[in-house]
Amino acid sequence: MVTADWLDIGRLNEIPVRGSRTVQVPGGEEIAIFRTGDNRVFALVNRCPHKAGQLSQGIVHGHSVACPLHNWTIALATGEAQGEDKGCTPVVPVRVDAGRVLIARAAAIAVAA
Amino acid sequence: MDIRAQEFGTGEAAAGSRQHLVVIGNGMAGCRAIEELLARDPGRYRVTIVGAEPHVNYNRIMLSPVLAGEKTFDEIVINDRAWYDDNRIDLITSDAAEAIDRDAKTVRLGSGRIIAYDKLLIATGSNPFIIPVPGHTLPGVISFRDMNDVGSMLSAAEQGGDAVVIGGGLLGLEAAHGLNLRGMKVTVIHLMPTLMERQLDEAAGWLLKHALEGRGQTILTGADTAEIVGDGKVEGVRLKDGTLIPASIVVMAVGIRPSVALAKQAGLAVGRGIQVDDHMVTSDPDVLAVGECVEHDGQVYGLVAPLWDMCRALADGLTERHTGYKGSVTSTKLKVSGIDVFSAGDFAGGAGAEDIVLRDASRGVYKRVVVANDRLIGAVLYGDTADGGWYFDLMKKGEDVSSFRDMLIFGQSYALGGGQADPKAAVAALSDDAEICGCNGVSKGKVVASIEGGACTLDAVRAICKASASCGSCTGLVETLLAVTLGDDYSGERTTKTMCKCTSFGHDEVRKAIVERGLKEIPEVMQEMSWSTPDGCSSCRPALNYYLLCAWPGEYRDDQQSRFVNERMHANIQKDGTYSVVPRMWGGITNPRELRAIADVVEKYNAPMVKVTGGQRLDIFGIKKDDLPAVWADLNAAGMVSGHAYGKALRTVKTCVGSEWCRFGTQDSTGLGIQLERMSWGSWMPHKFKIAVSGCPRNCAEATIKDFGVICVDSGYELLVGGNGGIKLRGTELLCKVATEQQALDHCAAFIQLYREEARYLDRTAPWIERVGIDYVRQRIVDDEVGREALTARFLYSQSFMQDDPWEKRAAGAERELHSPMGIFQPIALAAE
Ligand code: SRM
Ligand SMILES: Cc1cc2nc3c(=O)[nH]c(=O)nc-3n(C[C@H](O)[C@H](O)[C@H](O)COP(=O)(O)OP(=O)(O)OC[C@H]3O[C@@H](n4cnc5c(N)ncnc54)[C@H](O)[C@@H]3O)c2cc1C
Ligand code: SF4
Ligand code: FES
Repeated sequence: MVTADWLDIGRLNEIPVRGSRTVQVPGGEEIAIFRTGDNRVFALVNRCPHKAGQLSQGIVHGHSVACPLHNWTIALATGEAQGEDKGCTPVVPVRVDAGRVLIARAAAIAVAA
Repeated sequence: MDIRAQEFGTGEAAAGSRQHLVVIGNGMAGCRAIEELLARDPGRYRVTIVGAEPHVNYNRIMLSPVLAGEKTFDEIVINDRAWYDDNRIDLITSDAAEAIDRDAKTVRLGSGRIIAYDKLLIATGSNPFIIPVPGHTLPGVISFRDMNDVGSMLSAAEQGGDAVVIGGGLLGLEAAHGLNLRGMKVTVIHLMPTLMERQLDEAAGWLLKHALEGRGQTILTGADTAEIVGDGKVEGVRLKDGTLIPASIVVMAVGIRPSVALAKQAGLAVGRGIQVDDHMVTSDPDVLAVGECVEHDGQVYGLVAPLWDMCRALADGLTERHTGYKGSVTSTKLKVSGIDVFSAGDFAGGAGAEDIVLRDASRGVYKRVVVANDRLIGAVLYGDTADGGWYFDLMKKGEDVSSFRDMLIFGQSYALGGGQADPKAAVAALSDDAEICGCNGVSKGKVVASIEGGACTLDAVRAICKASASCGSCTGLVETLLAVTLGDDYSGERTTKTMCKCTSFGHDEVRKAIVERGLKEIPEVMQEMSWSTPDGCSSCRPALNYYLLCAWPGEYRDDQQSRFVNERMHANIQKDGTYSVVPRMWGGITNPRELRAIADVVEKYNAPMVKVTGGQRLDIFGIKKDDLPAVWADLNAAGMVSGHAYGKALRTVKTCVGSEWCRFGTQDSTGLGIQLERMSWGSWMPHKFKIAVSGCPRNCAEATIKDFGVICVDSGYELLVGGNGGIKLRGTELLCKVATEQQALDHCAAFIQLYREEARYLDRTAPWIERVGIDYVRQRIVDDEVGREALTARFLYSQSFMQDDPWEKRAAGAERELHSPMGIFQPIALAAE
């Protein structure tokens, strides 16, 4: 259901499987929306905790994304760097309803601004 | 008839001491609710059930076996006439309720009859969703919801011919299966890239597709219906890409919508479904609702298990036992005979969620369970679903699985059998005649006997009893047997390095299997070679994608999602997220038109820098990803194509001026360089590949540190290979000397193809040649003339599919979404609304 708390950002099908699209927040940080091989959707601020690589451009595998700049692996559910690497990217609550992708408005404003 | 009308007409009087409960919907939930109620307090309510269908209560989920001819209607009846009579339930069939008057507490039926109620139960189920494409109302477009639909399908199937099923979910696949068994030629059209994507992951979806195709169905994934065509009746379906599929019937199975029209009209609270509380009471205390038509706690359900829970809570509520419904966890099983699929729970995980994957290619089994915080939270099973119930149970109970976590994937009997917390025990527990190697029919007993007879390495076992010597998918099992049999004496040696943590095979083994066993898709390789992750990782996916496109030119469809960003975007990502763009400059030669176009692009898109590269061309920096298609369009207009500065592909061909101008030049090095570049551009390779041609041994083009270098001399051309100017400097070695330009081109093509076919992904030519030896390369390219010609021919064949400019396609609008955001979110404007 679309309510004032959830923002409809488009159809799930607009995001490639094992891929990502972005949502721009003018004056704030871009949000990356990921779709995994088993059709789950996650959203993170589009910024690697290492050196700000655009996570949306990485390879999505399992429930992780490999950063395109130096190949850190970031867990999509928590935004945390995996393995030896340390760091965390803010998570934006996201859900899919009737094929539409919705992100939490307040969280989106908070993390992105 | 008259008596009834009278009786119903005067609700109050007829009710006597018992309240009158009227149920709308003679389906699965409506009748189950009454069964539950009768079990608790048979005398409490007088019950009337109103049904739109002409039948008694039957098991809707068994319509699939009826369609498939495995069951008759009589066999799927849940409650026959006698049940209604014995329990003094008034059943009204073939008469749909049309309106509810909540003030008068009556229901009006289609026949005009009015029925008074004290309590009303709405159990109207769902309506099939019909996509409103042109032609959706043509005769021959059928949904799959009730016995009437099955009847329509069966009479169509009698004529034979073609059927199209739109929707590759549970319902669509069961319809397709039934029609297929009834002799129709079936095509399934599914919008998503994998079948049953809501329940299955990519790996299981792929296996399912493969199995259904094996039964003669055509499965089109990623296919979007544009219209249903036909003159007066269905004749075919046209897809958005223009394909026309002939069909005499079209079954639409794209989804269901809770049937809420009656409730809405009566002014009840309705969201996606009729909103109910934990006791299935709607916004009106005298009206209840149950089944697929309801929305509880924001959820609607499309499976029967939740209905059973709802009906229990409802009957408890009606008899003053307040247990309440708390929502349901659901699992799915596909009812297609011979294909076992099970899925339950959630695969998304969260912090610390971990996948455990087991694949057994010889049995066609894929199992994946997801564990988080020591609890099982999701499972997908394909091919062997025996443990589905057990997993589902663990999930619902939220049981701690840490004590048998290692054994979980082997199923209940191993995990709970004797408390061995060691995966090896599962193998050790196999009986002696259990088959280990399906290809060569080798039993466990034989493998153990060979190990005891002295075969203490994998290779030795392969040599002696042939286990794991063919397809290799039992390698893991054989290794476990080595470990179990030899104990501490087994070093666990594996001579080859594995590709990545997802597999126990090395690059060469995987490549060999792809070619020899004709594996043609990434999920197929993963299944056949027992990948331990559901969809690989950022190391193996790009490698597999390359191996497949190298092995099956023209056939394999490149997987964009398995490519590193630069190859997906056809430009090099920079540390600030912008891209650099390097157009090809054939042999390092340019002209005013190209230079002008580059200058214009730099100005028009405010590129902060343009630089002469070390590869004899120009690099434009700082282009935004949204601008890339426009930049490429402008460069294309001046005749320039992608320079592949971003790819594991041919990069530059550096040349010197050569005999055309230089006083020392012996041959036309520039011309040969351009010919080499024209021949080999566009080809994907294990790593980047660089060529240079110098006009004399002074070597101004630095040909001796290139993957393929040519030094021109008076008598011909010295061909050099395996040079590298990068991290580890390596000079080339001489491959051979040839007399003509054509020979130089042919040898170059053969060399590239040998490298493409045999080097490991991300090996440049230098480390590859150091591994295999220059003598081997000379033998293949120089000594074996026939072999060389075949390599050249294979390279040129592959090139016939590769040489179109990726920029041109993008500039023309292909994959637009890669270059633009999905949306722009204006927090300020929204906050103000
Ligand atoms: C632009 C350029 C530098 C320049 O300003 O001249 C360049 C730039 C990069 N080089 Fe290079 N290399 C460039 C010529 C070279 C050369 C010189 C040559 O080709 O004659 C070499 C040494 C020769 C060789 O490759 O053997 C060279 C050896 C490398 C290496 C080390 C390769 C190795 O095998 O050790 C890397 C790293 C890698 O590929 O993994 C690299 C990687 C890179 C990357 C792609 C780094 C990256 O991944 O982002 C740089 C991309 C910049 C960009 O966005 O365009 N670049 N790089 C040159 C582009 C040539 C072209 O027109 O396409
Ligand atoms: C082919 C098929 C296969 C399935 N397989 C499975 C499976 O394997 N596992 C699983 O869990 N689920 C399966 N399902 C789903 C399952 O059948 C439903 O979840 C279940 O039937 C829902 O029960 P219900 O009572 O809410 O709706 P229904 O069973 O649809 O009952 C609703 C009844 O109400 C009647 N009705 C509607 N409006 C009115 C009105 N105004 N007046 C009078 N009567 C009305 C309808 O005619 C219908 O008879 C399958 C469904 C189908 C169609
Ligand atoms: S030498 Fe290093 S810094 Fe310079 S372009 Fe090459 S990779 Fe980048
Ligand atoms: S910026 Fe992401 S790994 Fe370096």
